[in-house]
Amino acid sequence: MAWSKKILRVNLTEGKVSSEPLNMEWAQQYLGQRGLATRYLVEEMDPKADALGPDNKLIMATGPLTGTMASTGGRYSVICKSPLTGAVACSNSGGFIGAEMKNAGWDMVIFEGKSPSPVYLHIQNDNAELMSADEVWGKSVWETDEILHKKHQDPQIRIACVGRAAEAGCLYSAIVNDLHRAAGRSGVGTVMASKNLKAVVIRGTQGVGNVKDPKRFMQETAAQKQVLAENAVTGQGLPAFGTQVLMNVINEVGAMPTRNMQEVQFEGAHKISAEAMAEPRKSDGKPNLTTNAACFGCTIACGRISTVDKGHFSVENKPQYWGNSGGLEYEAAWALGSDTGVDDLDALTYANFLCNEDGMDPISFGATLAAAMELYEDGVITKEQTGGLELKFGSAEALTAAAEMVAKGEGFGKELGLGSKRLCEKYGCPELSMTVKGQEFPAYDPRGIQGMGLTYATSNRGACHLRSYTVSSEILGIPEKTDPLSTEGKPSLVKAFQDATAAVDSSGLCVFTTFAWTLENIAPQLDAACDGEWTPEKLVEIGERVWNLERDFNNKAGLTAADDTLPKRLLEEPANTGPAEGKVSGVPEMMPIYYQERGWKADGTLTDETRSRLGLPA
Amino acid sequence: MLKSLTIDPGKCTGCLQCEMACSYENEGVFNPSKSRIKIFTFHEEGRFVPYTCTQCDEAWCMHACPVDAIVINAETGSKDVKADVCVGCKVCTIACPFGTVNYNADTGKVVKCDLCGGDPQCAEACPTGAITYLDANATGLDRMRAWAEKTDNAART
Repeated sequence: MAWSKKILRVNLTEGKVSSEPLNMEWAQQYLGQRGLATRYLVEEMDPKADALGPDNKLIMATGPLTGTMASTGGRYSVICKSPLTGAVACSNSGGFIGAEMKNAGWDMVIFEGKSPSPVYLHIQNDNAELMSADEVWGKSVWETDEILHKKHQDPQIRIACVGRAAEAGCLYSAIVNDLHRAAGRSGVGTVMASKNLKAVVIRGTQGVGNVKDPKRFMQETAAQKQVLAENAVTGQGLPAFGTQVLMNVINEVGAMPTRNMQEVQFEGAHKISAEAMAEPRKSDGKPNLTTNAACFGCTIACGRISTVDKGHFSVENKPQYWGNSGGLEYEAAWALGSDTGVDDLDALTYANFLCNEDGMDPISFGATLAAAMELYEDGVITKEQTGGLELKFGSAEALTAAAEMVAKGEGFGKELGLGSKRLCEKYGCPELSMTVKGQEFPAYDPRGIQGMGLTYATSNRGACHLRSYTVSSEILGIPEKTDPLSTEGKPSLVKAFQDATAAVDSSGLCVFTTFAWTLENIAPQLDAACDGEWTPEKLVEIGERVWNLERDFNNKAGLTAADDTLPKRLLEEPANTGPAEGKVSGVPEMMPIYYQERGWKADGTLTDETRSRLGLPA
Repeated sequence: MLKSLTIDPGKCTGCLQCEMACSYENEGVFNPSKSRIKIFTFHEEGRFVPYTCTQCDEAWCMHACPVDAIVINAETGSKDVKADVCVGCKVCTIACPFGTVNYNADTGKVVKCDLCGGDPQCAEACPTGAITYLDANATGLDRMRAWAEKTDNAART
């Protein structure tokens, strides 16, 4: 139980919606959300299909614990083929819309085909219908949210939608829900817009009731909430400082990618850190950070609610940006700040607002801008290409102007919207693109944290920290400390993190719980809620199955072992300061061991033994 | 000792654990839409405010009810709806100045907070202490203590 056992299928080409039962045999093998939706994707689409064509599918999926009292049980994921990477895309979001979908009685919504004209999906419990999106097409996420709330005259509906960036073809467009939570990476928003689907509007009042053993579930979830409350990271660090708690820490260990990863420490880190966000500013005595905020059911509450200084150049005479909205998280602060060399906290916060307002992944945007800045400083591109914009590292004006241009798909913003790989290739410098499989790096330099290099190189959705966050072990010592500068044992560490994370991402819970929880804490909650027996061992097996299923999709889509690598800079140019000085990434020496531990052939494909052991489709 | 729900919006993160606990206790499902306590988000201001029945002594809802379906719980002081007596006329929902009595279309009765019979599950579930269940005669004690700590003693030199 805990699943709604119902899928909503939306054929956009024909404008039809239908209900079908969830495949419960698959639910036992793939759990839900990331895993289960990927199983549907693999079954239903050709991995070689054009990511922006009608044959791509877009699946919005909840997990069995989504909508329950388990802490952080509000997650949902978007699964499709990515236009940025050509690999499988799977982006996870919090906020409230996942729980609303579950409350409306649906585990998943599968979108297929392409609508002849802009539409949005309106779900009210069992009833779902496609409606004309004429009045919101061309509008930002924030405008769309306001217009649809007014139109439906219900303040309690939840909305996920794409902004103008996605409509303009920006390849790293996000699907934003609840104004500032996002299924952010790999261009899932671009796929949504390519289907002429603007928004999903949900109101669910049925509740989530069918847990297997309610009494035990309440006891288990209460006990595990206590574990989160008592842990230093989830009980104190994240609520007080958010993920930004990492800014100074990662800078200290010399793993803070700076100026398009030319350096590994940022001299301005302290000006854009969590500590800086809490500092009262001179103009009005208020700090950047107003309060922390929780997603549905989350007892950690790491979210940031912030304001930009009204007197800052970026928002002068723009009162629409004077209120509170989603503030900087570490990844955004790094990409918009350290990677571009900008240390102006208000400029970063404003650029982050724009990323939410028009649905752009701030990591890919910031990293692409950083690559463009290097091209500019090298003289490869000039004001002629940028439309007069001086793209110098450290320029807050360049950052805010570029964000505005990408958000609206205007001028040079159109090129920045294609991502760092395509931009650098276009100007003949592919080596300056800090990407894996076409997706931009997040905020940990693989020269200073060796496990993260292997994490990026093998991530099924291109460079990503959330697929195996070995920072936990290598820097924070969770669950046990390993040496960040050593490659020893990292292949098995990465594999273990990848498998465990894939299981968490399939459950409806947030991966941030794993600073305090292991699968030993998660399994009993699932076991009390779901039909069948759920042990930590079974979850590891599910995680491994999900990982290999994603890999198999990518192999069939045409990716190969040659794509499991890092840019030359990280393999050949040593870190120039800090504890990692003199180090390059040891990915090449780790990869063969990793393949072996995965049960893959030297060419990165699955052996028959691995396929049959995990029960994967042919 | 009479106790009452005490709400400190400054501590609320908007997680809705209280709404789930309330709906689970009263309806047997996790269903915020059926919760008797609601969290309101004031997005522009960055504020989350829990709101529910304050159990008025001279309860408008109770006085307005034409069939005496709302009665005082002698033990907790809560004003409870007797579902078997309620006729679903909704006059109490009009009478309540705060909007905390609401009609449930599924059952044809009104619902309101009954303090879970003296063990309010919202307070139990709240992870931040934004909702607590305290001595009704001294709900301001913590706030007094906080201000007392800040109060300067000019004579003490």
